[in-house]
Amino acid sequence: MAQRYKSAQATTQAAAHRMRVAITGGTSGLGLALVREFKARGCVVAFVARDAPRVAEIAKQTGALGITGDIARKEDIYPVAMQIGGMLGGLDVLVNNASSLGPTPLRYLGDTDCEDLELALSTNLLGPFRLTKSLLGALAASAREGRGAVVLNVSSDAAINAYPGWGAYGASKAALHQLTRIWQEELAAQNVRFLSLDPGDMDTPLHALAVPEADPATLKRPADAARELANAIVAACRDLHTPPLYSGATTDVAPVTT
Amino acid sequence: MIAAATLRAPEADARLLVLTASAELKHAPRAAMVEFLRPGDLVVANDAMTLPASLSGVHLATGAPIELRLAGLQAPAGGDLRKSIAVVFGAGDFRMRTEDRPAPPPLSAGDRLAFGDLRARIVRKIGHPRLVAVAFDGSAEAMWQGLARHGRPIQYAHVPQPLALWDAWTAIAAVPVAFEPPSAGFVLDWALLAELSRRGIAFATLTHAAGISSTGDVELDRRLPFDEAYRIPGATARAIGHTRRLGGRIVAIGTTVVRALEHAVRDGGELGRRSSVVRPGNGVANQRIGAATALCIVDAIVTGVHEPGSSHYDLLRAFTDDEALRRAGVALAAHAYRGHEFGDSLLVERSRTHRCEAPIADTRFAA
Repeated sequence: MAQRYKSAQATTQAAAHRMRVAITGGTSGLGLALVREFKARGCVVAFVARDAPRVAEIAKQTGALGITGDIARKEDIYPVAMQIGGMLGGLDVLVNNASSLGPTPLRYLGDTDCEDLELALSTNLLGPFRLTKSLLGALAASAREGRGAVVLNVSSDAAINAYPGWGAYGASKAALHQLTRIWQEELAAQNVRFLSLDPGDMDTPLHALAVPEADPATLKRPADAARELANAIVAACRDLHTPPLYSGATTDVAPVTT
Repeated sequence: MIAAATLRAPEADARLLVLTASAELKHAPRAAMVEFLRPGDLVVANDAMTLPASLSGVHLATGAPIELRLAGLQAPAGGDLRKSIAVVFGAGDFRMRTEDRPAPPPLSAGDRLAFGDLRARIVRKIGHPRLVAVAFDGSAEAMWQGLARHGRPIQYAHVPQPLALWDAWTAIAAVPVAFEPPSAGFVLDWALLAELSRRGIAFATLTHAAGISSTGDVELDRRLPFDEAYRIPGATARAIGHTRRLGGRIVAIGTTVVRALEHAVRDGGELGRRSSVVRPGNGVANQRIGAATALCIVDAIVTGVHEPGSSHYDLLRAFTDDEALRRAGVALAAHAYRGHEFGDSLLVERSRTHRCEAPIADTRFAA
């Protein structure tokens, strides 16, 4: 396994060159770190986020293409997908990173409003489902041309472990994880690879909302997690002609396993 | 023929009329389409995403409401949407039949148009009061953003409810270049693609910027289809070569696929019957395909139900003779097949008498 990871790293730079990557939630935390990571690898990158001025600012800062849209809103998805397809001229990698914690401060399920659970599901489950569905054609086209096609759904250990207070988030991430596994089975014949990876506890705005008392020094830097995730994606692209490798277990990022 | 009044028919209800190479007619549920394909065949589809190409806004000089329907590119090979060809309508929307739509105010070069924050200028008229070259302000990204915000899919009065962008995309939509849906592709879904692969039927795509299908003006309609850009991936060209060498058939999903492949084989491809080779890469299809066209690549087409006289119907005349098409038309009418882009389907196999010998006179070549 270690050997394999090394070889993946060695080819990372070349393989990722001009790869077309779209990342949701790209203006903060892990998403922003992923935008920077893929830009640094020479990829063509588009990112999606809700706040138009912030999108413009990050686009200017990083040189990536900014798209304003809310993943949780059904009506936004196809226009966002069109802009991704149009600006990138196709798509090799989709990272569904945008996430909602649900109600904060975190609450017990018994104290969670139904609407809060719905919102978490809209952002963490329906949004990634819709966006992936709208871009499946682009990804499959890329796979047919031998460019590789990978969807990474950013997961969490809360998808597997039952942490009190993490009900809305955990349930929606658990559903996303299962969705990923089924996409992988159904699209294996088209050579589109689906990954569900847990980047670990990071020093991000989302984590600060969830666990305000956490010491940032004890948390993973988003840039480190982004590098690991990018390695996993590149490795999955490279493995295109080998049997589907679920969850890219060749890196430091934990595959989410049940 | 009954125009499909609802959006995409539930797949279970959709029907398929097959016109075989020996001019037999067979009725089938469309879900059974795969039964008419053979192991070793190659299905080729157009993976264009449909643009929200209808923009409603204002002719700033007069304040008159207009609808601009993007219909093509001024330089199809250049791919710059900001320099489009467009058909302009006056007041009203898709609920009114295009042929009944009022004319726009008189248009002149230099006139400014506003679609929310998306602005454009008329560059020139193109030989007709309603056909113009337009130039949009701003960057390519601003154009995508403006279209995403203000554009809607082009639609016609036979579908009363407003189309959402997702209604206009096929399952395999990959790159936003089509001005109207490559609607034959609505027959495809992921379960069918998996079934093709199980049966040893190959699948490939090309991207063809399908243009506008109707302008509501007889004179303008005669100029359709406009020149359309296409791209044939290397993998698709190789799959075609491989299929032909092994004696499989090339089954085109839609007229745009026929137009692109038959253009690419003439434009730098290698002509001849089994040895014909399609040139991969970018091209601009500018030929009309009709009764006098000899098809060099495509062996069968899956298409919608089209009216005689339309350019789509004319294209079918390259596959089989008029008498067979006439009988198919009678059968479609007798069994109330639903026409137009969300309706039923027709599979036409190239008849044995329609073979490619050499490029022929009615085909215009790329400049």
